[in-house]
Amino acid sequence: MTTPLLALSGLTKAYPGVIANDDVTLDIGVGEIHALLGENGAGKSTLVKIIYGLVKPDSGVMQMHGTAFAPVDPRAARGAGVGMVFQHFSLFDALSVAENIALGMEAPPPMATLATRIREVSETYGLPLSPDRTVGDLSAGERQRVEIIRCLLQDPKLLIMDEPTSVLTPQEVDILFETLRKLKEEGTAILYISHKLEEIRALCDAATILRGGKNVGTCVPRDTSAREMAEMMVGSTLATPKAAAHDAGEVMLSVTGLSAASPSAFGMALKDISFEVRAGEVLGIGGVAGNGQDELLGVLSGELPCGNGMVSFKGGDLSTIGPEARRGLGVLAAPEERLGHAAAPDMSLTENAMLTGMTREGLARSGMLNWTKARGFAERIITEFDVRTPGPHNAARSLSGGNLQKFVIGREVLQRPEVLVVNQPTWGVDAAAAADIRQALLDLAAGGAALVIISQDLDELMEISDRFAALNEGRLSAPKPTSGLNVEQIGLMLGGAHGMEVAHV
Amino acid sequence: MDLSAINPILLIAAMIAAATPILLAAIGELVVERAGVLNLGVEGMMITGAVCGFIIAVNTGSPTVGFIAAAIGGAVLSLLFAFLTQVALANQVASGLALTLFGLGLSALMGQSYVGIKPPRTEATPLGPLADIPVIGPIFFGHDLVVYIGLVIVAGTWATLKFSRAGLILRAVGENHDAAHALGYKVKRIRTAAIMFGGACAGLGGAYISLIRVPQWTEGMTAGVGWIALALVVFASWKPWRVLLGAYLFGGITQLQLNLQGAGVAIPVEYLAMSPYIVTIIVLVILSSDKSRAPGSLGRTFHVSG
Repeated sequence: MTTPLLALSGLTKAYPGVIANDDVTLDIGVGEIHALLGENGAGKSTLVKIIYGLVKPDSGVMQMHGTAFAPVDPRAARGAGVGMVFQHFSLFDALSVAENIALGMEAPPPMATLATRIREVSETYGLPLSPDRTVGDLSAGERQRVEIIRCLLQDPKLLIMDEPTSVLTPQEVDILFETLRKLKEEGTAILYISHKLEEIRALCDAATILRGGKNVGTCVPRDTSAREMAEMMVGSTLATPKAAAHDAGEVMLSVTGLSAASPSAFGMALKDISFEVRAGEVLGIGGVAGNGQDELLGVLSGELPCGNGMVSFKGGDLSTIGPEARRGLGVLAAPEERLGHAAAPDMSLTENAMLTGMTREGLARSGMLNWTKARGFAERIITEFDVRTPGPHNAARSLSGGNLQKFVIGREVLQRPEVLVVNQPTWGVDAAAAADIRQALLDLAAGGAALVIISQDLDELMEISDRFAALNEGRLSAPKPTSGLNVEQIGLMLGGAHGMEVAHV
Repeated sequence: MDLSAINPILLIAAMIAAATPILLAAIGELVVERAGVLNLGVEGMMITGAVCGFIIAVNTGSPTVGFIAAAIGGAVLSLLFAFLTQVALANQVASGLALTLFGLGLSALMGQSYVGIKPPRTEATPLGPLADIPVIGPIFFGHDLVVYIGLVIVAGTWATLKFSRAGLILRAVGENHDAAHALGYKVKRIRTAAIMFGGACAGLGGAYISLIRVPQWTEGMTAGVGWIALALVVFASWKPWRVLLGAYLFGGITQLQLNLQGAGVAIPVEYLAMSPYIVTIIVLVILSSDKSRAPGSLGRTFHVSG
C-alpha cells in the first residue's frame, strides 16, 4: 500500500467537561476526496482545526507523506500544503477580494501580479471573480469562491472544506463539484465535511464517521445509502418526517405588492412580493442567502416597516402592528441569526424563553415577570426538542449552534402560533435533529397553522413544503406546488448559477 | 476693532503649529482604532508625555531628548492599557477612561516641582535658503522639527495602511479579529504594538504643548486636546489625510479666533471660542457622508475560543 498523504493516529483533544476527539485515527490518500461525517458536536470541527494548526492535540501524532507533521499555527499548516475553506467565512468585509486573498498567503506577490493570478486561477477553475470588488458586496457563493481561490493560489496538497455547499444553489454546487473533481485529478486531496449525505455519495471516495469524538467507522459512500450513513452517525435508526394528509383552510397570511428597502448597506430591498398562505399549508421560500431573506422575515415579524395593507393576517392589516403585538395575535417568527437576533447570547435560556414567550405563554402579568413559569417553559422546550444543555440557567452562547437552533425553533413552535415564519430552520443542525425539527414544523401545520419556511436547503423545502417559491434579488417567483418540481426547474427559478460556468481546462 | 494688527503670514504659521498636538494624538489614535482598539486614554497619555518631556528636557537641557522621553512615556503608559485590555480582557471604554484619570493624576504628581520653570528653547529647523523665501518661507519652512515629523507620520501612516502588508494585516485585525486569528495572525501582539504607537504619538503631542506651545508645565495643561483628537478620528472616517485636514482646520480656527479676539472683533467671545468645534464638526460630517465606516471589530474584546 502506498503511503497516505496525511495519516492521523490516536488524536485526542479534551476540553473542560467534554472530550472533543477521542483516539481518532484516519488516513487520507493523495487525490482522495474524503468525507468527514458526524452529528453536531461529534468533533469534526476540532479535528480539522488540529490539522489546520488552530488547536493542539493533547496526544496522538500526524504524519504527512510519512514524515511527522505538527503545525504550530495555521501558517505552518499552509506552508505544509494544507488549505482550509471555513464554514463561517474568515473574510474581511471592508477589504477587497485581492486584499483578502493576500492576507491568507505566506508571501503574496505585489497587488498587481496577485490580481492577474486571481483572474487566471478563477478562469481556470470556472469561478469568475473580480479582484477589486469589496467583499462586503459579494453574495455568499462569491465569498466562498474567494476562500477557495485563496487556497488554490498556494497549490495545496490537502484542501479542507467545512460545509461548503450550504450556501450554494444547485447549479453552483455542480460547478463546485466539477472544480473539486478537477483538483482531485491534479492530485489534491480533499477533506470534505457536510451534512448533505447525497452530496457525499456523489462526490466522495471514502468517508469516516465520528460520533461523540470517536471514529465509529468508515464506509465507501458510493456503496452506502444515505440512510445507512445517517444511522451510523446517530447510532440508531432514523425516522423520516411525515406530513399528515390535510386540506388547506382559510387564508391566514397574505402579502400583496410588498416592497421595502433594506436597513443594511449590504442588504437587498424587497420588490413587489405577493403570496398568501392558508391554514395547514407550508410555503417554502428558497434562494441563496442575501437575496432578501432577512428583509422578508423582518417585514413579516414586524421588525421592518412596510406600507399600509401590504401584509395582512386573517384579512386584518398587520403593517402598523409591531412584533410583540403580532405575537399576541399569533404571528410568530424565528430569524436565521441565532446569536444576537433569535437569542440574546449572554442571557440564560430562561431569559430567552421569556423574551418571546412573554405574551403568548402568559409569563408576565401587569409588567411583573413570572420567572418560575418562564423556567418551566424553557424546560419544556429543552425536553421536547432534545436540547442538550445542563439546564435552562445556561447562557444561550454556551450551546452549540445546532442545539441553540433546536431551542429557538422549539420556543416558537411551542407557543402554538397561527402563522410561523422561520428562516433556515435546520441550518448547521445534524441529520437526526433536523428531522425532528422538520417533523415538529409539519405537526404544527397539520394542527392548522400556516407556515412560511425560508431556507437555502432545497432538499428540506422539497420534503416539507406544499408550495415552493424562489427569492432572487428581492423578487419572489410565483409559488408552485412542490410535487412535480424537479431540481432543474428549481434551479431556474432561483435565477441560475449567478454567472458561474463549468471548469473548462 | 483693528484687523490690521493680524499678520496673515504669522497667523498661518501659528495655525500650523497650533494644529500639531491634535494631529499627533489623532494619527496615533487612528492607527489604534484601525487595529480595532478604542483607547479613550489619549488625554492621559498626552499629559503624561507632556510632563515626561518637560522634566527630561529641563534636566538634560535638550528638547530633542525631551521629545524622545515624551514618546517613551506615552508608550509606557499605553502599555498599561494594553495589559488591561489585551491580557486581562477588561472593557476598553472603562480602561481608557481610567487611563485618562490615572494619567492626569500621575502627571500632576510628577510635575509638582516643575511648575513655573521655563524649558529649553526649541529652535526652528535649519532649512537654509528655503526659510528665506518671502511668504512661503515663514509659513512652511520656519517651523520646529516636530511639525514636520507630524506630517511625515501622517504620510507614513497613510502609505503603510494603503500599500504595505503590515498595514493590510493591521486593518484585517481591526476589521474582523476572529477571521484574522483563523488565518494565524497574532491579534493581541499586533494590537499591543498599535496601542504603543498610539501612546508614543500622544506623548509627542503632549510634549509639543508643554515644550513649544505654552511653554511651561501646568497641571491639566492639555485641556481636552486628547478628547478632540479622539472625536477627530471618528469624524475623519479613520482616514489619515482627513485627520490632517481636521487637525489643521481645528488648530487653524482656534488660532484665528484668538487673533480675532485680540483684534477686538464685535462678536461675543463665547461664539468665537466655540467656532473651531462647530466648523470642524460640520466639515468632517459632510466629508464622512460617504459609505466609509468604523473598523468592524472596533472596541470589541478579542477572546480566543477553541
